[in-house]
Amino acid sequence: MTDLIRLTAAELAAKIHSGEVSSVEATQAHLDRIAAVDPAVHAFLYVDAERALQAAKAVDEEVAAGRAPVSPLAGVPVAVKDVLATQGSPTTCGSKLLEGWIPPYDATVTRKLLEAGTVILGKTNMDEFAMGSSTENSAYGPTRNPWDLDRIPGGSGGGSAAALAAFEAPLAIGTDTGGSIRQPGAMTGTVGVKPTYGTVSRYGLVAYASSFDQAGPCARTVLDAALLHEVIAGHDPMDATSVDTPVAPVVAAAREGARGDLSGVRVGVVRELVGEGHQPGVLASFEAAVRQLRDLGAEVVEVSCPSFDLALAAYYLIAPSEASSNLARFDAMRYGLRVGDDGAHSAEEVMSLTREAGFGPEVKRRIIVGTYALSAGYYDAYYGSAQKVRTLVSRDFDAAFGQADVLVSPTSPVTAFRIGEKVDDPVAMYQVDLCTIPSNMAGNAAISVPSGLSDGLPVGLQIFSPALQDHRGYKVAAAYEAARDAAQGGSLIHRVPELEVSH
Amino acid sequence: MTAVAELVDFDEVVATYDPVLGLEVHVELSTNTKMFCGCPTTFGGEPNTQVCPVCLGLPGALPAVNGTAVESAIRIGLALNCEIAEWCRFARKNYFYPDMPKNFQTSQYDEPIAFNGWLDVTLDDGEVVRVEIERAHMEEDTGKSLHVGGATGRIHGASHSLLDFNRAGVPLVEIVTRTIEGTGARAPEVARAYVRTLRELLKALDVSDVRMDQGSLRCDANVSLMPKGATEFGTRTETKNVNSLRSVERAVRHEMSRQAGVLATGGSIRQETRHFEEVSGTTRPGRAKETSEDYRYFPEPDLVPIAPSREWVEELRGTLPEPPEERRKRVQADWGLSDLELRDLDNAGAIDLVAATVAAGAPSGEARSWWVSYLSQAANSRGVELGDLPISPAQVASVIGLVAAGTLTNKLARSVVDGVLEGEGDPEQVIESRGLKVVSDDSALLVAVDEALAGQPDVAAKIRDGKVAAAGAIVGAVMKATKGQADAKRVRELILERVNA
Repeated sequence: MTDLIRLTAAELAAKIHSGEVSSVEATQAHLDRIAAVDPAVHAFLYVDAERALQAAKAVDEEVAAGRAPVSPLAGVPVAVKDVLATQGSPTTCGSKLLEGWIPPYDATVTRKLLEAGTVILGKTNMDEFAMGSSTENSAYGPTRNPWDLDRIPGGSGGGSAAALAAFEAPLAIGTDTGGSIRQPGAMTGTVGVKPTYGTVSRYGLVAYASSFDQAGPCARTVLDAALLHEVIAGHDPMDATSVDTPVAPVVAAAREGARGDLSGVRVGVVRELVGEGHQPGVLASFEAAVRQLRDLGAEVVEVSCPSFDLALAAYYLIAPSEASSNLARFDAMRYGLRVGDDGAHSAEEVMSLTREAGFGPEVKRRIIVGTYALSAGYYDAYYGSAQKVRTLVSRDFDAAFGQADVLVSPTSPVTAFRIGEKVDDPVAMYQVDLCTIPSNMAGNAAISVPSGLSDGLPVGLQIFSPALQDHRGYKVAAAYEAARDAAQGGSLIHRVPELEVSH
Repeated sequence: MTAVAELVDFDEVVATYDPVLGLEVHVELSTNTKMFCGCPTTFGGEPNTQVCPVCLGLPGALPAVNGTAVESAIRIGLALNCEIAEWCRFARKNYFYPDMPKNFQTSQYDEPIAFNGWLDVTLDDGEVVRVEIERAHMEEDTGKSLHVGGATGRIHGASHSLLDFNRAGVPLVEIVTRTIEGTGARAPEVARAYVRTLRELLKALDVSDVRMDQGSLRCDANVSLMPKGATEFGTRTETKNVNSLRSVERAVRHEMSRQAGVLATGGSIRQETRHFEEVSGTTRPGRAKETSEDYRYFPEPDLVPIAPSREWVEELRGTLPEPPEERRKRVQADWGLSDLELRDLDNAGAIDLVAATVAAGAPSGEARSWWVSYLSQAANSRGVELGDLPISPAQVASVIGLVAAGTLTNKLARSVVDGVLEGEGDPEQVIESRGLKVVSDDSALLVAVDEALAGQPDVAAKIRDGKVAAAGAIVGAVMKATKGQADAKRVRELILERVNA
């Protein structure tokens, strides 16, 4: 029997839809895997086996009745980052403040997953309110990287990425505000996609920084990511920032790219994202990847985006500013944690005590920074200046896309670091997002695809596409992925060490 | 605590100081749904029954703008002679308050949808004051807090508070005047006339219920005093909880006297929010505003900018009701009014009511007479605005029709109107229940006429000699005998018939 958990989502879907394997079997195999390895990995905050099996059974009944699957991914299990509202299941955002909160509604992404017949296994761990680059800021303890359990899986979506690398789920949903899908993808040897801002609804995505937040697919292959992308994307009247355009043809692009021909494609290497601060192994992997793209027929040019040097600093003003306002609602009045409600404290005191007890240090740091940046007398110098940088970053992208169809860089300047290594140095932690942040600033699309290993740890190649041209990145990523596997003698992800299974 | 200073006599206040006003009016729009979600906006529902993830500010929920609210805001702006922004945004106003679900209010800050307008208001003596409008912007209402266990529902001393979020997210337009200066002793009257005129305008636009008693129109009055001849404004206070037109005038008047009192004792005015107390007609301090609160406004990232096309704005301009001043002129011509009659009508705030009564079939003279005299007195004695009397123009028209048909005498008609005002139902029902129908059965009247003639034979003789005017005495006697329920005209006819028979 095939090891169901090691199949790609596309392969698994084909088996389920043909009746060769039932969705219940596939779901159970993943639930068993979670039970076996998650005590060590801690990718999940919540698993609902009963509900997952129920959903799987419904798909099996459809297949048995001879009806066409409701989507190409019907019956395939998926893990959802715990920042998306799931009606009837806890949604904590990795925070004590929301411990026990059960949303009375589904996020649009959740609804689309359910309507597509995918099987939601549970909710994955994350840095508290998506603020972090290592998943160490989760109030429920860190997630460990399946490539080395002493190391972080990246963040904030470390849970979703680790679940894929540990074969606990073939697909996962992440959210990317400054790199929280792509950077964990790079650090776990998986594929992570930040779609164009506005193409996947944010309704029900608990906001960290509204103008950056974007949900996207996480998978082990480019095609799987594309299949999930087409399930969750699309216009949503519930999200005013949602764009009303057809979903980019990403599945077709992934299939086209897999044929391995990139002739006529111009690839721009972003000078500012390849240099100081990068580990040598990361740079070596990136250079090898660029050579591979050239071998596939792509024309490689160098482009310059000088304002990217300012992007990190600007991001860490705008995102906390929005966060300081977005997180104001966690006040103990209507839901979540409530501290000090003993009749002796006023409502304002209860708010204050709850926020003091419920938020972790990084969340407090960003709320304070953001509050400061928006204050009278500082607004222009901080928030205002940062918005100007944002405009400059967008202009740099526009100019660069005038010279190239897609842009490339390493996804992260470093590979997965040891747990605890950077917790006392927030600036060093922020710098891990150096290469991913510009895309969030501009709102365009970017993919991270594994580009090999450095000292046994995965490295990611990042491919940027212009806004609404997400398919360009998929095509290049799929072509690269196929060439990489051919050159390295098989899929990278299967080189992940065997995890010790607990019984 | 500082001692409460004596109030200064109003005439003395205005002899020493120039008052400066600034009025902020919040208007709840009468859209079917809330500003950013699909919840209903009806007033008076069971607490927390008109809520959803969006207006409760649940994690992850996002706003979507109500297009009808934007349309109403633009129409209000146009009616106030404002410019309409070609491009504007919502902004977040950040502050913590338990009845505000997101702990920020989605509002507009430096990019209001409408700005730079004016509204002409006519005072009781016909003087017209132009009030400059700084801006009109869109925002959402907050929920309501109910403080339990304390004195008079105030938070101080309360044991706990209840929150009702039905109102949270109801669309509001806030209309802010520029400072109103140079009105002297007329400042309280100007404030009242402004709110009254604005209310009429909003009613004509059909964008709000404009019920001050239900809070769908709320006025905050900013008042400061500066010594005559000074150029620098004094410190202002902002009085809230002003729930009627009369209160607007009283609150401004009181605040002027109070501030003058504080200044007279060498004190200084604290910049603060004050609350108007309806019963005492005074203001009491609320939340202190030592410094202007830092709301950390920034553009609302969950919403996209609004860019009303010029075509749309012009289309909306075409839907505006006739401007009040033009309307006054037209009404004067249509109804053949003297300047004085028009002013009386306007001062009574009766133009709309008379127009509606005429539209319901009554002649303009009678309609005007009812509203300007009898009903205005009724409104005065009840301490309410004319338009808030519990009688509709259609009901007034119906009474006028019944008088014309001879079913009611004028005296009976007043009784019918009283009945309607007392809530006894429609005119027909009041006539029925109060037994007010004119006695039109001649045989019953003839008995009374004969009795009256027999009782005053000398008068009967005079009439017979051709002194017809003498019949008045007999008419009076008959009316007395029939308790006023007879039609005096018919009685006179019958008397003449009988005498000359």
